[in-house]
Amino acid sequence: MVRRDVIHGSRALAEAVKLCDVNVIAAYPITPQTHIVEDIARFIANGELNAEYIRVESEHSAMSACIGASAAGARTFTATSSQGLALMYEMLFVASGLRLPIVMANANRAMSSPINIWNDQQDSISIRDCGWLQFYCETNQEVLDLTIQAYKISESEGVHLPSIVCLDGYVLTHTIEPVEIPEKEDVRSFLPPYSPPFILDPATPMTLGPLGDPSVYMEFRIAQQKAMEKAYETIRKVNREFEKKFGRKYGLIEKYNMEDAEIAIVTLGSVAGTIKEFIDSTNEKIGLVKIWCYRPFPREELIQTLRDVNTVAVVEKDVSIGLGEGAVFSELKGIFYSEDVRPKIIGAIVGLGGRDVANQHISRIIEECKNPKHEVIWVG
Amino acid sequence: MITIGGHIREIGSTEKYKTGGWRTFYPEIDHKKCIMCGTCWIFCPDASIYREKGKMKVDLDFCKGCGICANECPTGAIKMVLEEK
Repeated sequence: MVRRDVIHGSRALAEAVKLCDVNVIAAYPITPQTHIVEDIARFIANGELNAEYIRVESEHSAMSACIGASAAGARTFTATSSQGLALMYEMLFVASGLRLPIVMANANRAMSSPINIWNDQQDSISIRDCGWLQFYCETNQEVLDLTIQAYKISESEGVHLPSIVCLDGYVLTHTIEPVEIPEKEDVRSFLPPYSPPFILDPATPMTLGPLGDPSVYMEFRIAQQKAMEKAYETIRKVNREFEKKFGRKYGLIEKYNMEDAEIAIVTLGSVAGTIKEFIDSTNEKIGLVKIWCYRPFPREELIQTLRDVNTVAVVEKDVSIGLGEGAVFSELKGIFYSEDVRPKIIGAIVGLGGRDVANQHISRIIEECKNPKHEVIWVG
Repeated sequence: MITIGGHIREIGSTEKYKTGGWRTFYPEIDHKKCIMCGTCWIFCPDASIYREKGKMKVDLDFCKGCGICANECPTGAIKMVLEEK
């Protein structure tokens, strides 16, 4: 029987970790992530999850412990946010370079300074080049579903790359929504035990993390890029299997009201819910493309879906200071550069540091799309 | 060979990686000045100095040519010489 519960996004994530039979969790508390790892600690204390819980002294150590555990063949998890993710930065490249399928949750939160505990997506967008797959959630159900799928994708043959599941701080982590929690047996049949390509074990000594001098280093980076390219097909396959098993449809992107859309909004995360509300309240031909998977970047899907639209507005909660635009906006323009047919694309920076994004702000962005005067607008 | 994550199943493979190729200058020991004090052996960060048949010698397969031995030698017996290949 599928259990229906009304829970926080953080709890949905902890439930997913429990369902996935994770072996090792290493984490350090940070707002607004803390109750994810608190819930997991409670599951272990209650005997609901048989896992090793390592209380470390920093996020750098949390990621280091996950790397060690994953290399030893364990299914591992950690969760962090903002400054904590930044402190892990060095080890994020090690995890992906060693090709360890660690899954991490990131409660999206603004970066200091000034210190701010509220939501935007600067933290995870800023680690886009670390070689991790990145998934963004709109709802608490997606938090649970994408975490389960992230393990399967990361551990798949030919991928072997870590994943970060992003859920907007407070908007999802601390907001209660109904969530369907599948049976453990069903998740077990969907997600088989982790079968690592190598295991760091004193009984069979081996070297992990050797020097890669200029004669081989580039080949290792190419191998990582190839694994990301392989991940496109793996993600589509896992999405199909997930839909068959649990009845909920996923993809690299979600299309909403795009059939005859003249204006399209591209976004990631929970703000998609507000935009869907806005679209439902008008008769205008406005559609939404929600990026579920930001890395690998859904190049083909975005080109196919957006090429015949008049104007696209990329609504995002991050900005590249010094370029003056959001990362997704820059990348979307980039993939369309070599296309003969392309829409007009504008960038809208919203919701930084937890600034509310409401209907009136979406309305302002749509007005700009109808009569574009600026390439980038800051709305809020 | 590019293995996944760069793992190497063969143990002790570091010995096969001759880092001596990184060198620009190599140490040349003047055995007339050398007093066999072993200071160079103590300071060498690559453990590339060894004693053989009563003489201090340099393992050029692994010496990176840092020159610490020449700097520390109390009698000035070690000279760093430009390596021309």
